Amino acid sequence: MAATVEAPTTTVAPLPQVVAHRVEPAPTGWTSWVTTTDHKRIGIMYLVLTFGFFILGGVEALLIRLQLAVPNNDLLTPQTYNELFTMHGTTMIFLFVVPVMAGFGNYFVPLMIGARDMAFPKLNALSFWLLAAGGLVFYASIFFSPPECGWTCYSPLSDTDYLPSGGVDAWIFLIHLTGLSSLVGAINFYATIANMRAPGMGWGRLPLFVWAILTYAVLLILALPVIAAAVTLLLTDRHFGTHFYDPTNGGSPLLWQHLFWFFGHPEVYIMVLPGFGIISEVLPVFARKPIFGYKAIAAATLVIAFLGLLVWAHHMFTTPSPSLVLIFFMMSSFLIAVPTGVKIFNWIATLWRGTIEYTTSLLFAVGFIGTFLIGGITGIFVAVFPVDWQLHDTYFIVAHFHYVLMGGAVFAIFAGLYYWFPKMSGRMLGEGLGKTSFWLMLIGFHTTFLVQHSAGMEGMPRRIYEYSDIQDLAILNLISTIGAFILGLGILVTAINVLVSLKKGPIAGPDPWKGNTLEWFTTSPPPVNNFDAVPRIRSVEPMKDIRRQVLAQTGGNVDPSSPTPVEAGRLAAHGGDEH
Amino acid sequence: MTSRRLLLTLLVVVTGALVLAPIASADLWSPESGGSPNADDIDWLYKFVFAVAIIVFVGVEGVLLYSVFKFKARKGAVAAQIRGNTRLEIGWTVGAAVILVILATLTFVKLDDIRNPPDSGPDGLQLADTSRRLPPNGKSLNICVNGQQYIWRYTYADDCRTGKNLGAPFAYEEMVVPVNTTVTLDIGSQDVAHSWWIPKLGGKFDAIPGYTNHTWFKVPGKFGLKPGGTVFFGQCAELCGRNHANMTARVRAVSVDEYQRWLEQRKTDIKAAEEAAAAERKKLDSSTTQTP
Repeated sequence: MAATVEAPTTTVAPLPQVVAHRVEPAPTGWTSWVTTTDHKRIGIMYLVLTFGFFILGGVEALLIRLQLAVPNNDLLTPQTYNELFTMHGTTMIFLFVVPVMAGFGNYFVPLMIGARDMAFPKLNALSFWLLAAGGLVFYASIFFSPPECGWTCYSPLSDTDYLPSGGVDAWIFLIHLTGLSSLVGAINFYATIANMRAPGMGWGRLPLFVWAILTYAVLLILALPVIAAAVTLLLTDRHFGTHFYDPTNGGSPLLWQHLFWFFGHPEVYIMVLPGFGIISEVLPVFARKPIFGYKAIAAATLVIAFLGLLVWAHHMFTTPSPSLVLIFFMMSSFLIAVPTGVKIFNWIATLWRGTIEYTTSLLFAVGFIGTFLIGGITGIFVAVFPVDWQLHDTYFIVAHFHYVLMGGAVFAIFAGLYYWFPKMSGRMLGEGLGKTSFWLMLIGFHTTFLVQHSAGMEGMPRRIYEYSDIQDLAILNLISTIGAFILGLGILVTAINVLVSLKKGPIAGPDPWKGNTLEWFTTSPPPVNNFDAVPRIRSVEPMKDIRRQVLAQTGGNVDPSSPTPVEAGRLAAHGGDEH
Repeated sequence: MTSRRLLLTLLVVVTGALVLAPIASADLWSPESGGSPNADDIDWLYKFVFAVAIIVFVGVEGVLLYSVFKFKARKGAVAAQIRGNTRLEIGWTVGAAVILVILATLTFVKLDDIRNPPDSGPDGLQLADTSRRLPPNGKSLNICVNGQQYIWRYTYADDCRTGKNLGAPFAYEEMVVPVNTTVTLDIGSQDVAHSWWIPKLGGKFDAIPGYTNHTWFKVPGKFGLKPGGTVFFGQCAELCGRNHANMTARVRAVSVDEYQRWLEQRKTDIKAAEEAAAAERKKLDSSTTQTP
């Protein structure tokens, strides 16, 4: 359809193809990375750094599981154990899941909207270096005394009376530095998406991943100032004699909990919404079907973000609170299940009557839906506050949020990694290793976390360094520990896959998956300026339009031995030789 | 093909083992209960949510797996280019909402029984009409629960404000209560945040310095039949420092007679200990004055 509209006269419209002739040779050497403002290089640095932290957080998790493998274990001291779960939680949230989404966003938002870079490239570099500084400050504390108050650092435990060491201060600075990093990045994402979309890309044609990153940015802008204020008050309580959280001097420990969770719950959606976006991109490509209910999914993203700001006190159902407060937060938490359910139904409907290709990326996406669903359902259990009185702060909760964040966000991140790695590196990831990794991770994940629901209901609170051999706790924890190592092995297989494929993976070409969105309309990896010519956008799947136009204009008479126009453009850019 | 079949078999076996192992055991599927009516009500509510959840789970996962296997790319298969269906969208939005309305209604129905303590039983401890607490007849055995790193202290007093319960009998770690009697708890903390939790006696309630939290339980009479009563275990559920794991709590439910004997014994013991301490102090004082 597009071709005829575009070519009303007899002159044939030019074929859309990748032309990248104005490309200067890419700078090399480590200084070029340190000084870069290229969104793609910054994106890759984000991804490498955050995956490094993911491995660190994973090792911490395995140490935790080793300590809990048998009852009354004395492998770790209580102090080391508390430090480990604090490091684990903080690392995974502030140094992995949140910034890894910024990494994907950095690399792909400009490409998907047909822009040549982010709106503020230097601010973008600042975002990355602030994140690196936050990670450095936090991990430097392992040479002194890491924090041991959990990732929530509840006052008064986090006050100097109880934790005088500098670990809590390192944690506060991490919150400030990574918070600034995310805030600067969020403003950059917002400005980029609002102003730099390709001609014709109205809000109704914005890729769903970009919708998710836009919502992620808005939530960060709304939630981060609150935690920044909260930790600043904690800092002045600790060192400058104020008493914001000190009940003996008119302060309130509950104030900390309210401020923390006012940020903390939107943070959950900050972590999973971009994952939802990745799933919404991956499923239609491999089902060879348009996304089902584009508008409903985009709208659900916005509704989840809005409601996500109104549910924070469901983390505080066991605190002294009036019934009306409990009821309000139960109802708002229930409400948020509706748009989340809508998304899940739409994803399944996208698979329905498609022709599904079982790529690793698709497997991770399906694994995500199946696993995240369980996390969503257990979320309903804990939203019913009388039931939460039994489940709160137990291993049931640990299982619940790992189903949401590990089975949800992390599986989505892996789907994104397998989907976009060819674009970022120019080479395909091994599918054999990829599928092995997927099955190990899926089986390992459920073995680790399914039984934790039962452990929690049998009376095992979270954050305890040892437990007695009562009821079934011994066997449940042993199963969980074995599962954790299977899960770790699965992640290791992907790490190996990445390292091997960087050198030896098959050449990907610009569009190995027959993608729908604009990032596939350039070489892999893309040149510094991304696109010389940006095509006009006519739908939410611009690459389908382009392929159709090429087919219409060539009549399908492309000699299979000669490269397709799109392929030819890539060859022109790189002079035919491939790395 | 065979490797995939092998993987699927493995998956089924592992899932099967995970599902069946807990069935063999007692109460792995739901919270602990049996020690108090509120714990039983929570358990009931949980089981109802669980039943609804299983239906949703089986339905959604079923459709997901069906579509993944049924619509696998095959030669000649063409994907249906469907972009949406407004009726379907409205349908499942309303459907999800209806389920949640049912769950919310049920919670409200059960809420009163869980939150508000009932009267003590006729054969429970006969209390004077001094308590201004929650049961309809205004009578309950009130205990002040005080969390501290890393032990629970129980003071048997009606008024838990500092200074108002001096001289009242107290105990650490093990709380002794009479069966068939409504026990109300005023929960507080003197240092960091803790959380009071005896799974079989109901939900947990945070002990936060500067605040008083309330809950209750009423242990059925059968638990006090044998001498020594029945012990219910629990432990602190909010991270309170390095030895959080060791901050355990026990509630021993005994017959009314045994409780009264225990309380008298406790009073005598405390008095004796105080007198001994006073004598010791006197001795120390006199010895220090003698050798300045």
